Amino acid sequence: MLKIENLDVYYGAIHALKGISLELNEGEIVTLIGANGAGKTTTLQTISGLIRPKNGSITFQGQELTQRPAQEIVKMGISQVPEGRRVFANLTVLENLEMGAYLRKDKEGIKATLEKVYARFPRLRERKKQLAGTLSGGEQQMLAMGRALMSQPTLLLLDEPSMGLAPILVQEIFSIIQEINKAGTTILLVEQNAHMALSIAHRAYILETGRIVASGDAKELAESEQVKKAYLGG
Amino acid sequence: MKRNNILVGILLLALYLIVELGIRTGIIEPFQQVNLFLMGINIILAVSLNLIVGFTGQLALGHAGFMAVGAYVSAVLTLKLGQPYLLAIFAGAFAALIMGIIIGLPTLRLKGDYLAIATLGFGEIIRGIIVNIDYIGGAAGINGIPKYTNWTWLYLFTLFTIFAVKNFVNSTHGRACIAIRDNEIAAETMGINTTYYKVLAFSLGAFFAGIAGALYAHYFFLIQPVTFSMQKSFDALVMVVFGGLGSITGSILAAIAVTFLNAALINLGALRMVIYAMLLVIIMVFRPQGLLGTKEFTFRTLLRLKERGTANAKD
Repeated sequence: MLKIENLDVYYGAIHALKGISLELNEGEIVTLIGANGAGKTTTLQTISGLIRPKNGSITFQGQELTQRPAQEIVKMGISQVPEGRRVFANLTVLENLEMGAYLRKDKEGIKATLEKVYARFPRLRERKKQLAGTLSGGEQQMLAMGRALMSQPTLLLLDEPSMGLAPILVQEIFSIIQEINKAGTTILLVEQNAHMALSIAHRAYILETGRIVASGDAKELAESEQVKKAYLGG
Repeated sequence: MKRNNILVGILLLALYLIVELGIRTGIIEPFQQVNLFLMGINIILAVSLNLIVGFTGQLALGHAGFMAVGAYVSAVLTLKLGQPYLLAIFAGAFAALIMGIIIGLPTLRLKGDYLAIATLGFGEIIRGIIVNIDYIGGAAGINGIPKYTNWTWLYLFTLFTIFAVKNFVNSTHGRACIAIRDNEIAAETMGINTTYYKVLAFSLGAFFAGIAGALYAHYFFLIQPVTFSMQKSFDALVMVVFGGLGSITGSILAAIAVTFLNAALINLGALRMVIYAMLLVIIMVFRPQGLLGTKEFTFRTLLRLKERGTANAKD
């Protein structure tokens, strides 16, 4: 459903993405792993329309994305959970979730989605009146994911959901990601925690300084010597 | 909720009548009157700037420029073209709004201190342009503007500003602005058109600054470019920060307090600025979030305080 071809992105003179290509099929969890500065976040932000590529194309369900403004891309069904959560600290949990449905006009539909999100993250319901800035890190990650789901995306982009979370919470977040996927949302997961990401993904791409150096079945990659050495600590 | 609204209405009407009566009977002396009018104008400036700086998070320093646009456009309309006052006020406000859009579109791409410097520059450019137009008196300014601003006009427009900003902030649009302030990237990923909302908040703020300028011009009957210098922009910013970024009632309280302080210290001459500056430093050290932070002062808070008070008394 999403196809990236020969994408080149520059930050001024710095060549951040050097002609990467990747593909996502409907219903998949695909993970993009790599070290700091490999270009993972840049890839996501380019899909979301926050960064403009110099060359290359991104097509989503057959439509070109690279020239569209961010809000149109959200409307087409792509939602991003940005790195480091980035919840709206001075809005309540409920208001944050409502912001997620910002582009939707169907009040009844929004209510139904809100119930679904509460069902998936019961803790958000308990804290709906609380300011988002006062939530714990794990709760903020749940809120950021819930907020992204409010637009009913067909493709969810997750940027390092495990960042700064305790191992037990990472487990929880990742099982929720799997549930979201089983409910019908395609997921592109960017992670530094390669081990966790490969364990839930169907396929994976490995990014190194702006180039894709390996790709394939997630289980196979997790077993390959090259990946084990570089990303899984032996 | 409804009962509270009626209560607020009655209190506002009572405040209006008491002051009106005070002015008519001469109990409120001319010096106090001047400060009362400055208070109203400062409230409009602070509340409208809070919309830009406090709620949308865009540090803009050109507010005096928009005030100047409102003052000059309205003064030309009433003095030179003989138009009615109400029309002049709105013409001044809309001129400031359009200027806000013109300035906002290129500058609001900038962030933080860059935006501050750019808007500061634009504020000064507006002033520079005014100085060089002979039709509106150049550096000498316009004199003899009819004194149309009375307590009724001032009160109505101050309330209009407060309620307009309050309603905007509590709407979906306002929520979008707060989202941009809290996190611009996240706001963008929600599908919020950040440029649109930044320019909207900026030009709306300019609109109300234009109203403040028109009221000012038609009270003090003399306007000069120097009246609308950087200092005026900074004064407004001080009130916003002092009252709390993102608190309308905070801005109102701060505008009242700052105007009052300036008036109370006026006999001290040069020492006044020293004391004023010292007070600001002390306040910022002990209440860096401003008087009210991001909270609003409501009747409900008053009731809660009272409950807490009686609860404590029981202990």
